[in-house]
Amino acid sequence: MTAGVSIRAVTQRYGSALALDAVDLEIAAGEFVVLLGPSGCGKTTLLNIIGGFAEPTSGSVLIGGRDMGGVAPKDRPTTTVFQDYALFPHMTLAENVGFGLRMRGVARAARDAKAEEMLALVGLAGRGARRPHELSGGQRQRVALARALAVEPDVLLLDEPLGALDLKLRRAMQDELKAIQRRVGTTFVHVTHDQEEAMAIADRIVVMNGGRIADQGPPREVYLRPKSLFSAGFMGEVNKVPVKGGAAEFGPVAVPDGVLCIRPEAISEGGPLRLGPCRVVETVFFGTHLRAHVAPVAAPGLRLVVHLPQRAEVAVGAVMDLGATDFVVLEA
Amino acid sequence: MRALSWAYLAVAYAFVFLPVVVLVAFSFQDGRLPVPPFQGFTLEWYGRVLGERDLMEALLNSALVAGISSLIALTLGFLAAHALARVRLPGSVLMRGVLIAPMTVNYLIIALGLLTVFNQAGVRLSLWTAGVGHVVINLPLCFAITYAAMGDHQRNAERAARDLGAPEWKVLALVSAPMLAAPLAAAFFLSVTFSWDEFIIAFLLTRFDVTLPVEIWSMLRSGISPATNAVGSLVFLVSVTLVVLLEVFVFRRTK
Repeated sequence: MTAGVSIRAVTQRYGSALALDAVDLEIAAGEFVVLLGPSGCGKTTLLNIIGGFAEPTSGSVLIGGRDMGGVAPKDRPTTTVFQDYALFPHMTLAENVGFGLRMRGVARAARDAKAEEMLALVGLAGRGARRPHELSGGQRQRVALARALAVEPDVLLLDEPLGALDLKLRRAMQDELKAIQRRVGTTFVHVTHDQEEAMAIADRIVVMNGGRIADQGPPREVYLRPKSLFSAGFMGEVNKVPVKGGAAEFGPVAVPDGVLCIRPEAISEGGPLRLGPCRVVETVFFGTHLRAHVAPVAAPGLRLVVHLPQRAEVAVGAVMDLGATDFVVLEA
Repeated sequence: MRALSWAYLAVAYAFVFLPVVVLVAFSFQDGRLPVPPFQGFTLEWYGRVLGERDLMEALLNSALVAGISSLIALTLGFLAAHALARVRLPGSVLMRGVLIAPMTVNYLIIALGLLTVFNQAGVRLSLWTAGVGHVVINLPLCFAITYAAMGDHQRNAERAARDLGAPEWKVLALVSAPMLAAPLAAAFFLSVTFSWDEFIIAFLLTRFDVTLPVEIWSMLRSGISPATNAVGSLVFLVSVTLVVLLEVFVFRRTK
């Protein structure tokens, strides 16, 4: 089962604070959408509104074309995976996973069979008799995922589900989450503040800031062709150089007026957009690359961050003639 | 110094338990008065007490009042605690205060107040009215214990249960209450012991059917005998058993 979600002019006010400001968003059935943004950007508020845990001040939410106004969480075709798992500690894993079916009046035998099937889906086959406290954090999150998917929701909401896991486990779970989503075909709406996680799993990233959508698109597009300065900066490190009248601080550049945004890895000696000779101020070896701070000779006050190949041997004080292969110019 | 602290401990315990030890010891007195000298060991008084119909009836009454009033106090206290912990209401601080307030009021005052109310309303005194009195004194206790035990952990599990389609009463019965099993059991057992031992309210709010402490009091009026010691020992045994059960099944497990 799967369904699309329409968010139409949803505004949420908490007192005088505006958590969401007339947000419009269409999510296709079966899509894996990631709501990405810093804390307080409204992403969790939006998720709560889709799940029915909060009613918007104005605007409407449609799931599968049905208006969800006044529909309680228990009656929505959505289920949620919470950041702290929220498993029932007094029940076995099979009872946890079968809880939603129990609430729908499914008989015990059918419930247990479905629970076992879902536990197998998340790689916990045969552990149905265990209790949550016997599991590691990653396993608990898998159980929470199995529990939410067991009732075959149209839309699965994930509220920073990997936030409590350590980095290595988080990367491993990302791949698994993506694979499970492919297999079940349910619409996934996933909230995170980790842009690497977002790029790893999303069909589409929706970057949010200050209660509005700052940018959206496939990961590649949002990273390489951001449509706002906020999204350029949030998706990864970026050099921002103001350009006015065809000239930047370090000299003339053939781009329109605005802010020239260049990712550190897009700068090399061969890039077509010439930045001119730059003096190396500092270098740090990062394993996958050599990170260098450089200052254009023509503008010694300006600092650019450059990712050079890991084998590059660059001395501090050396002068390199650099250019950018990829860049965008955004309105200031 | 070490010996001194052990001596202090011994004295402190002796001070607390000597009266009980004396009471229990003289319940085995082979004689007519439960006072020294100890004249020999007999179980005669226990036999007599267990054979006495009034006493056994009072014992049963006490058990009924304690069980039922504690169950009611626990249910009301749990529901109030859950509501005040989960829902933001205007004046919830005041409501919390009012719920706990009876704890600070003397039992005698509570009993007199209820007596006046029952007389005014034309309610006849019975075990039920004493039970109402025990709900009044135990409700704040049950409320305070369960309220203190509620945390975000349960709140999130309740949210998940609702999300999975549970109606509110199933959330309470299948998630909230089982997750609070230990504090709920603690509150229940404490309520039962308080109700079991309570005299003043039971004395003022019962008439023909009475609870055990009231029955013991009327026995005492006809003079002391090892039989009263025997009853006292039995009452003490029940209270101690409840406290031990509480320790073993509730506090041990939560550690």
